Amino acid sequence: MLRIENLHAEIDGKEILKGLTLEVNAGEVHAIMGPNGAGKSTLGYVLGGRPGYEVTAGSVTFNGPEGPCDLLEKEPHERAAAGLFLGFQYPVEIPGVSNVQFLRESLNAQRAGRDEKPLSGAEFLKLARAQADALGLAQDMLKRPVNVGFSGGEKKRNEMVQMGIIDPAFAILDETDSGLDIDALRIVGDGINRIMRRPDKAVLLITHYQRLLDYVKPDRVHVLADGRITRSGGAELAHQLEREGYAEVVA
Amino acid sequence: MATKNAEAYEAVSKKYEWGFATDIEQDFAPKGLSEDTVRYISAKKGEPEWMLEWRLKAYRRWLTMDSPDWAKLSIPPIDYQDAYYYAEPRQKKTIASLDELDPEIRRTYEKLGIPIAEQEVLAGVEGARKVAVDAVFDSVSVATTFRAELKAAGVIFLSISEAIREYPDLVRKWLGKVVPQHDNYFATLNSAVFSDGTFVYVPKGVRCPMELSTYFRINAENTGQFERTLIVADEGAYVSYLEGCTAPMRDENQLHAAVVELVALDDAEIKYSTVQNWYPGDENGVGGIYNFVTKRALCQGRNSKVSWTQVETGSAVTWKYPSCVLAGENSVGEFYSVAVTNNRQQADTGTKMIHLGKGSRSTIVSKGISAGRSDNTYRGLVRVAPTAEGVRNFTQCDSLLLGDQCGAHTVPYIEVKNPSAQIEHEATTSKISEDQLFYAMSRGLDQEAAVALIVNGFAREVLQQLPMEFAVEAQKLLGISLEGSVG
Repeated sequence: MLRIENLHAEIDGKEILKGLTLEVNAGEVHAIMGPNGAGKSTLGYVLGGRPGYEVTAGSVTFNGPEGPCDLLEKEPHERAAAGLFLGFQYPVEIPGVSNVQFLRESLNAQRAGRDEKPLSGAEFLKLARAQADALGLAQDMLKRPVNVGFSGGEKKRNEMVQMGIIDPAFAILDETDSGLDIDALRIVGDGINRIMRRPDKAVLLITHYQRLLDYVKPDRVHVLADGRITRSGGAELAHQLEREGYAEVVA
Repeated sequence: MATKNAEAYEAVSKKYEWGFATDIEQDFAPKGLSEDTVRYISAKKGEPEWMLEWRLKAYRRWLTMDSPDWAKLSIPPIDYQDAYYYAEPRQKKTIASLDELDPEIRRTYEKLGIPIAEQEVLAGVEGARKVAVDAVFDSVSVATTFRAELKAAGVIFLSISEAIREYPDLVRKWLGKVVPQHDNYFATLNSAVFSDGTFVYVPKGVRCPMELSTYFRINAENTGQFERTLIVADEGAYVSYLEGCTAPMRDENQLHAAVVELVALDDAEIKYSTVQNWYPGDENGVGGIYNFVTKRALCQGRNSKVSWTQVETGSAVTWKYPSCVLAGENSVGEFYSVAVTNNRQQADTGTKMIHLGKGSRSTIVSKGISAGRSDNTYRGLVRVAPTAEGVRNFTQCDSLLLGDQCGAHTVPYIEVKNPSAQIEHEATTSKISEDQLFYAMSRGLDQEAAVALIVNGFAREVLQQLPMEFAVEAQKLLGISLEGSVG
């Protein structure tokens, strides 16, 4: 579903990704783990199309609901319309814009990009309320400005509510587990399984720790170090990393 | 990242979809400004002698005055002899019904989405309430709607030219009382050559049954528009008034120097909303309207209240400070403003809250949005007189910058002569962040939609003060005004 080949990317002339190759098939959950500064978040941003991240070599092919495409050719909003969702490590505040307005406009922009009819206000609210309930986010948070005054945990839950509403084919979740307490971790993990564990969908989980993987069982685990995938394995690799540390495993 | 940013924000193009001109026959006053011009206008309007004398007095005063230069604006010298001061669509002197209106003018308003037939409401807005419209085309009011229905409620709503003829005592009592003839250069010029505008009188205890509005359209070339609006809310009255304006795209600058006077007596309330969308000139700063406007409210009565809300997106240069003289005890003044400048536009706008009455209160919320190579200045005065006990003011000025070649400036003046006053001033300046843009885009919004969303969020507090019919239009306008400001 997502094929990354020999990806090189830099920020301000500094190379961060140095020949990363990775393939994720439909129906799979892959975890990317690795030490600080290895390029994990950069990988997420490059896949999302963030300005300032320059791809100098390699290719990314995305085979979503609309068929195969060169992901790197597309603008960020076109990637979203193609079925890609990026869960942010630090969700951004947008003062004065309610969650409901933000998500309805976003979803309808995506639908327009796919020649689908926009959702009415009532249809959208029904969808949004159901997702907020499933993730234990209070209904009034939907009316509040996007992420403004939300706690760290609420922001992460809000990311998952957004994912539930947008219902993407492929999710890249950047440290979605950071800042969550044990109960929230379980709720978010359940949410990822509920929304994304389907034969036609796939997930790339970027994380530091094994603990989220207790709830979302990965099919593959990759170690990202110094801009490359240095090791890949099954779920047991995550446990080994947790026991022995990156330095040991990477070396 | 830095260079990428600069590139991304480079202004490329800007749409102004109201920039068409209407081809009709018009009568003009002879070009230039002299006592004869003033007499010509007065005669055209069939004015009484006192009105002509009032105009001539203003004209003679104006000759002795200089154009103000204290604003943060760069304005080339204006040749006042190289413009027309009066342009009137050639049509039957008095029209019996709207059906007799020149079809070209009618089409113009249809294109602009302005309802000048009574059965219609503002185009494209579901569930909108009735809005009575005074349509001013260059120097003349061409239509005023819902007059009969308003008259039944006791509300007088007509063009100021008619009001001078039909209600001379009422007009004479208040004209120039809030903005004196000699107030400033442009107000004095307006007093000499004002052509049309709106007069509203809401009698004691009457709540005006519908929104009132005036739509100003400049059409003729090389012609200045000098409108005059006077609104009087008698004791316990309430009125909500809206004004909108557009002009064709022309390479010459055109002058718009209006005067608006509001009077609120005991327990009266006036809500005055503006969506200003004059032609702003092209991306190189060629053409556009010079918008030099004096707007002031006199809150004369106890518990009177005036609320100014403005959304300023147009004009090449804006010089405008809607103000409140809070003379009445416990009177309230409010100023909510969104000013957008793009390309080479310049805006120097704000308010004056003059606290004379005991317990008077004022609120100022100003949101400035600068893009392109524009300059956007908030200039505001809060003055508390020595005898005004227990005054409160809250001021909030926020500036949002798009790109790194525009300017945002905040110039507050605070003069407090009574120690019991509580004055608060908050100001912020921020740039629209890459983080916000990327976040919104990664959810599916294209760049223009993302900018419009973030800017509308920034201006939310002001936009929600607008009547619903105008809020929808204003939100769209903010998006359109900034189109092309992000690359």
